[in-house]
Amino acid sequence: MSARDRILNKLRAGLNGTRPRPDDFDEALVTRPWQYSAQERVTRLRSLMEAVHTEVHPVTMADWPVKVQELLATRNVGNLLYAPETAHGRQLARHWQAVTAGPTLLAYDRPAEDWKDQLFWQVEASLTGTAGGIAATGSLVLWPDRHEPRLMSLLPPLHIALLRASEIRDNLYELMQEQGWASEMPTNLLLVSGPSKTADIEQVLAYGAHGPKELVVLILEDA
Amino acid sequence: MSERIPAQNLTGDFRSRAAEALADGQLRSNFRVAMDSLMQKRADAFADEQEREGLRELGNHIKARALSRLPDLLEQLEAKLTDNGVQVHWAETTEEANRIVHRIIEQRKGSQVVKGKSMVSEEMEMNDYLAARNIECLESDMGEYIVQLDGEKPSHIIMPAIHKNRFQVARLFHDKLGVDETDDVNELIQIGRRALRQKFLEADVGVSGVNFAIAETGTLLLVENEGNGRMSTTAPPVHIAVTGIEKVVENLRDVVPLLSLLTRSALGQPITTYVNMISGPRQPGELDGPEEVHLVLLDNGRSSAFADAQLRQTLNCIRCGACMNHCPVYTRVGGHTYGEVYPGPIGKIVTPHMVGLHKVPDHPSASSLCGACGEVCPVKIPIPELLQRLRQENVVAPGQSRVKDGGAKFSRSERAVWWGWALLNRSPRLYRWFLWAATRLRKLTPRQLGPWTENHAPPMPAARSLHDLVRDHNKQGGRT
Ligand code: SF4
Repeated sequence: MSARDRILNKLRAGLNGTRPRPDDFDEALVTRPWQYSAQERVTRLRSLMEAVHTEVHPVTMADWPVKVQELLATRNVGNLLYAPETAHGRQLARHWQAVTAGPTLLAYDRPAEDWKDQLFWQVEASLTGTAGGIAATGSLVLWPDRHEPRLMSLLPPLHIALLRASEIRDNLYELMQEQGWASEMPTNLLLVSGPSKTADIEQVLAYGAHGPKELVVLILEDA
Repeated sequence: MSERIPAQNLTGDFRSRAAEALADGQLRSNFRVAMDSLMQKRADAFADEQEREGLRELGNHIKARALSRLPDLLEQLEAKLTDNGVQVHWAETTEEANRIVHRIIEQRKGSQVVKGKSMVSEEMEMNDYLAARNIECLESDMGEYIVQLDGEKPSHIIMPAIHKNRFQVARLFHDKLGVDETDDVNELIQIGRRALRQKFLEADVGVSGVNFAIAETGTLLLVENEGNGRMSTTAPPVHIAVTGIEKVVENLRDVVPLLSLLTRSALGQPITTYVNMISGPRQPGELDGPEEVHLVLLDNGRSSAFADAQLRQTLNCIRCGACMNHCPVYTRVGGHTYGEVYPGPIGKIVTPHMVGLHKVPDHPSASSLCGACGEVCPVKIPIPELLQRLRQENVVAPGQSRVKDGGAKFSRSERAVWWGWALLNRSPRLYRWFLWAATRLRKLTPRQLGPWTENHAPPMPAARSLHDLVRDHNKQGGRT
C-alpha cells in the first residue's frame, strides 16, 4: 500500500460512524462589517495603503502617463519595465514617444530566463495594471498573465500600479464572488497591500525586504 | 554549508533549559517587549468584540467542517491540482518527505535551493537533510536567514529571530558576511536583501510552505510581508510546496474569514503585504513562473491526532502564533526552551503526536492553565482542555495511552497513593481513623515535599479536624 492509501485509510478509520459537518458559512460575517459608499471606498483604500507606506495619487485617464513620468523624474529612475501588449502599456508607450526624453522603457516581452540578470539587478521601476482593489483591507488585486508576468510587480524597487476607482470593491468576499474566482483561478493570483516589508529584527519595520521598496498607486478617477 | 549547531539551550530537559532562560535578562527582555507589542497589535486589530467572536466561531466551523471530510477533501485537492498541472506527493514520515524533495531536486540536477518560510520544512529538518547531500538549502525569510546564519533554530513560528536584538544581528552579519557592523535595522535588512537576491536568481529550486490548500480550486495560498515567498515560488524553475495534511479547506470562500483571522491574530495586520495564490505552473506562452510545481503532503503524526475526536481539534491550527504571544510561560522562558520545532501552547499540543509524549513529558504541565491561549485562538482550539488531556495521557499505564508513547510519567507509587486516597474517602471508618491519626501525629509530617517545599511552607494538618469543630459548634447551640 502506498503512503497515500495508508494516510487516507487512517483518516477514514478515524471518521467511522461520523457525518460531515454542515456548511454553515454565514457570509454576513465577512461582508456586513466591511461595507462602504463609493466615496468611502476610495478614501478607505487610500488611507489604509498610505498607513503602510504606499503613495497614492488620483489621476485621470488622459494624463496618468504624465504622472508616471513625473514620479520617475523626481526619483531619478533610469528605466521602467512595462507590458507592451496591454492597453495601458500602449498608452504609456505613445506618451513616451511624444515626449522623447525620459527613462528607458523596457518591454517585458521575452521569457525571464533570457534576461534574468538584468531583471533582477538593473530594472529600477515597473508599471502594471490591476484587476481591482479592496477597500476593507487596502489591497490591490493582481492577475498576472502572459502579457503582464508575475515578476513585474516583485523585482523592481519601485512598483507603480494603475487602479480604476470603479473597480474598488468593499471586501474580498464580494470581489471574489463578483469576479467568479472559484471557477477560473489563474496560475497566480495576488493581493498586494503595500511595499515589501519586514519586522523580523526587533519588530522594527523596514521596507524593501525582498520586493519593491516603494509602491505607488495611481487611482484612475473613472467612477 | 555547515551543519546547524544548536547555539544555546538545546541540551538538557525543559526544566534545566527553563532555569537557564529565566536567568538570561537579555533574552527575557527581548521576549517581553516583543510579546507585549504583538498582544497590543492583535487587540487593536480586533477592536469590535462581537465581530471578532463571530469570526472566530466561523473559523472554527470552517476547520471543523474541513476535518469532518478530510480524506475526501485531500483527494479532491489532489485531483484538482493534478488537473492544474501540479504534481502531488504523499509522505507519512519526515524522512519520506525529505526523500521526495531530494528526488525532485536530483531530477533537475539542482544544487541550490532557496526556501520561503515553512514550519513543516523545519519539522522535516530539510536544511540538514539536503546539506548532507551537498545541496545548499538557504532560508530567505529575514528572520529565518538570521537564525540559520547563526546555526540556530527559530524561537517563534511567526518571528523566528525574535530572541535576538539588532546588536546581536549586527555582530552576526559582520562575522558571517564580512560587512561593516551597523545597528541600523534598515541597513541590516538591505544587506540581507542583496545577499539573498543573488540566491533567488541562481536557485534551481524554490521551497515554500502553504497556509491554506483549497480543494475546490486546487490552489495553494501563502501569506507573507517580505516577498521572499513570492520569490521562492516564482523565480526558480521548480517550486516545491510542503505542507501538513490538515491545511486543506473546502472552498475558496472559506479562506476569506481564515485569512482575516490569521493576519490579525498573528501580527495585528488587516492583511499581509502579499497574499499569493498559486494554482499551477507556468502555462505555454507565459514568460515567468516555475515550470514545475510540486506539493508534498506530510502526515507525521497528524493522522494519529486525528484518530481521537478530542485531540483532533489540534488540527484546526492555522499557525498564527497568538497562543504563544499571550502565554505567560512562553514569554518568560522563550521558544528555545521547548527544544522542539513548535514552541508555546500550540507546540505542547501538537508535538506529542509528532515525536511521542515520552520525548516531551514536561510540555503538558509547563502551563498554568490560565486559559489565555484558548481565549485568543482564532479557530477556538480548547488548548487548556487538550493540555489536561495530555497530562492524563502522560500518567496512564504504558500501552494504554491513545497518544504516541504516552504513559511516560506513569508511576506505581503515585497510583498506589491515589488508590489509597480513594479507599479512604469511600470508607467512613477508615476515614475517621485517618482523621484521628492525622490530627494527633501532625508534627510528623515531612518537612521536605519535593519541589513544593522549594518555595512553599510545608503543609501540616490542623490540630482539630473540621468534623470536630462542627461537632463542638453544634453542642454550643449552633450559634456563632
Ligand atoms: S493553536 Fe490557535 S492560537 Fe495557537 S498558533 Fe494555532 S491557531 Fe494560532
